[in-house]
Amino acid sequence: MKMTGAQIVCESLVKEGVEVIFGILGGVLLPLYDTMPQYPQLRHILVRHEQGAAHAAEGYARATGKVGVCMATSGPGAANLVTGIADAYLDSVPIVAITGQVAKPFIGKDAFQEIDITGITLPITKHNYLVLDPGDLAKTIKEAFYLARTGRTGPVLIDLPKDVQIDRADFNYPEDVVLPGYKPTLKGHPAQIKKAVKLVNEAQKPVILAGRGVIISGAYDELKQLAETAQMPVVTTLLGISGFPDSHILSYGWLGMHGMAYANLAINDADLIIAVGMRFDDRATGRVSGFAPNAKIIHIDIDPAEIGKNVRVDVPIVGDVKNVLKALNKTITQAEHIEWLEQLDDWRREHPSTSIRESDSVLPQYVVRKIYEVTGGDAIIVTGVGQNQMWAAQHYWFDKPNSLITSGGLGTMGFELPAALGAKVGCPDRVVWSIAGDGGFQMTIQELGTIAQERASVKIAILNNGFLGMVRQWQELFYEKRYVATPLSCPDFVKVAEAYCIHGLTVRRKEEVVPAIEQAMREPGPFVINFMVEPEENVYPMVPPGASLAEIVEEPKKEVKIWPQRNTP
Amino acid sequence: MATTKHALVAMVNDRPGVLNRIASLFRRRGFNIESIAVGHSEVVGISRVTIVVDGMTTQVEQVRKQLEKVIDVIKVLDVTGEATITRELALIKVRTTAANRSEVMQVVDIFRANIVDVSSDSVTIEVTGDGNKVDSLYRLLKGFGVLEIARTGAIAMTRGGSGSLVAGEK
Repeated sequence: MKMTGAQIVCESLVKEGVEVIFGILGGVLLPLYDTMPQYPQLRHILVRHEQGAAHAAEGYARATGKVGVCMATSGPGAANLVTGIADAYLDSVPIVAITGQVAKPFIGKDAFQEIDITGITLPITKHNYLVLDPGDLAKTIKEAFYLARTGRTGPVLIDLPKDVQIDRADFNYPEDVVLPGYKPTLKGHPAQIKKAVKLVNEAQKPVILAGRGVIISGAYDELKQLAETAQMPVVTTLLGISGFPDSHILSYGWLGMHGMAYANLAINDADLIIAVGMRFDDRATGRVSGFAPNAKIIHIDIDPAEIGKNVRVDVPIVGDVKNVLKALNKTITQAEHIEWLEQLDDWRREHPSTSIRESDSVLPQYVVRKIYEVTGGDAIIVTGVGQNQMWAAQHYWFDKPNSLITSGGLGTMGFELPAALGAKVGCPDRVVWSIAGDGGFQMTIQELGTIAQERASVKIAILNNGFLGMVRQWQELFYEKRYVATPLSCPDFVKVAEAYCIHGLTVRRKEEVVPAIEQAMREPGPFVINFMVEPEENVYPMVPPGASLAEIVEEPKKEVKIWPQRNTP
Repeated sequence: MATTKHALVAMVNDRPGVLNRIASLFRRRGFNIESIAVGHSEVVGISRVTIVVDGMTTQVEQVRKQLEKVIDVIKVLDVTGEATITRELALIKVRTTAANRSEVMQVVDIFRANIVDVSSDSVTIEVTGDGNKVDSLYRLLKGFGVLEIARTGAIAMTRGGSGSLVAGEK
């Protein structure tokens, strides 16, 4: 049966199980949008800026594990998606971006709102397509979703010229994809697994270093079994947080520039690192030449190109994390590393890292900890980038699998609001808190409009310190406090929220913190809390740029610690 | 220096934009292409690309693995160190006079190159061989005055009876 290209697109999206599309239409997408009402299964959420569409698709994908879909028109619409697509690329988030393109006869003529979006997104997509024949649409969409969600997951873009949406073709949705150049290795090589088991069995000071691959692969149980069988401590990356429960006795925090000192010391002193689904990002490793100087490294990852890219690896295992851990668990022998774990516990006592000093002012760390307590640790936390992100990661305790959504690789300020919207749409029964800074919040503040229109019950905590805080911290520490272009004035965020018909509160005093969070939780809809926090609070501990993990610096001031440590009996 | 040169043979889908994907990857990752040559392979719809990179400045294995991630790239082999036939082709136009033309022809004979065009004041020479051979001939001819040179990138193939790199892939 002949269908228009637009119908084929909608039919194909339905076949792929798409529930929601975040997007903004425009001239060249009119045929597609005009067809959408014929497919009520496809819910369209109109965002206020295309960057928000891409981040919302990411938030949806990160929270659900399903492929997120965003849509934008040609030219500026497509260009505005770029930041979100890049963010998805660096954090391996499965999204499919669909862009309109000028009709075929206009391509290459610098037509109105024409840009070469496949050219622009070539280095930030796993793959992309410019479809020139409606007969290719079904196959292309099938491939795009397959590529996005398999292997190392990632973003795929499909560019649709206007006439391809209008022209007709037969619709047959293919059962299979034929991609001779794409065969991800899913099972670890038995010889490599054997070598890895030998190293694990010989290790005296092993550390499991778990990344986002654990979450993408859903290998929570396998990771726990590996850790428990051989009594190995688990340190995660920033993006690996919530891949392993924080309250587990073998959980030793996360590593890197603002990770826990004891996690960094553990990595530094380890004689074996079992890296699971992570890619040795420079914010995680510190100075690479000083990274884990005493350790042999087993690196498990689905992407062979990650092996040996940044650090030397002794035993690479290419494969899906869940499969590989299952295979390891079959042959690993039970072990105890009592001395090693005691050493780690000593470090945790000596370098508490996540304690909060006593203060009468509203400390951002205190706010995060109180959000943890009021939500009972049940929320999905979606952060911005910078200090708010680090405090959220440090002071919320993540026990629920996949409960932190954060922009790690690209570090995109403004991610928090649209991504929280996407997470809430994907998981309507979960409590979703967006923890923002006052800088990043103003980068995508217009998505309050989307949240209001959709009545998406996102709770928003703005840690308002009147600075681009993380950059200010670097200016304080490394540029002799010359605060160039970091102080920023903010609108009254509560009034802004009210203008969008969203309720909100400003909190200036410590005793108002908990009641405000409780009120946000009671409200059925979205809620904004503007926390006026200590303006020049710094994030500690910190590995200074260019230093190794062992050179981590604790908070310089000696203050009374009033909050309990993670896992300390 | 020849030992630092690596020849990568990539079998790729013959589609618009594939060469761009490869070139973009090299630029983005900071890899240096010494030469690149593209042509049809024995399988319809698949092109064969030979890329020469300098192993001193580029992590060759990382290049190979990143290339393999490109969806339109079906297979990549680093054929360096294997028994390999590598060939380049060059056209070299040399200024000649009646007096030195026979001397030029002697040089051409020694290199088993061919003269493909002659005019009153120049000859054009076609030479095929590995990069060293082309370089050597070029150096000798420079003494006579080289007017123009056009060189292809290297193409490479392993010796012996192994079959198609993409047999059974399609």
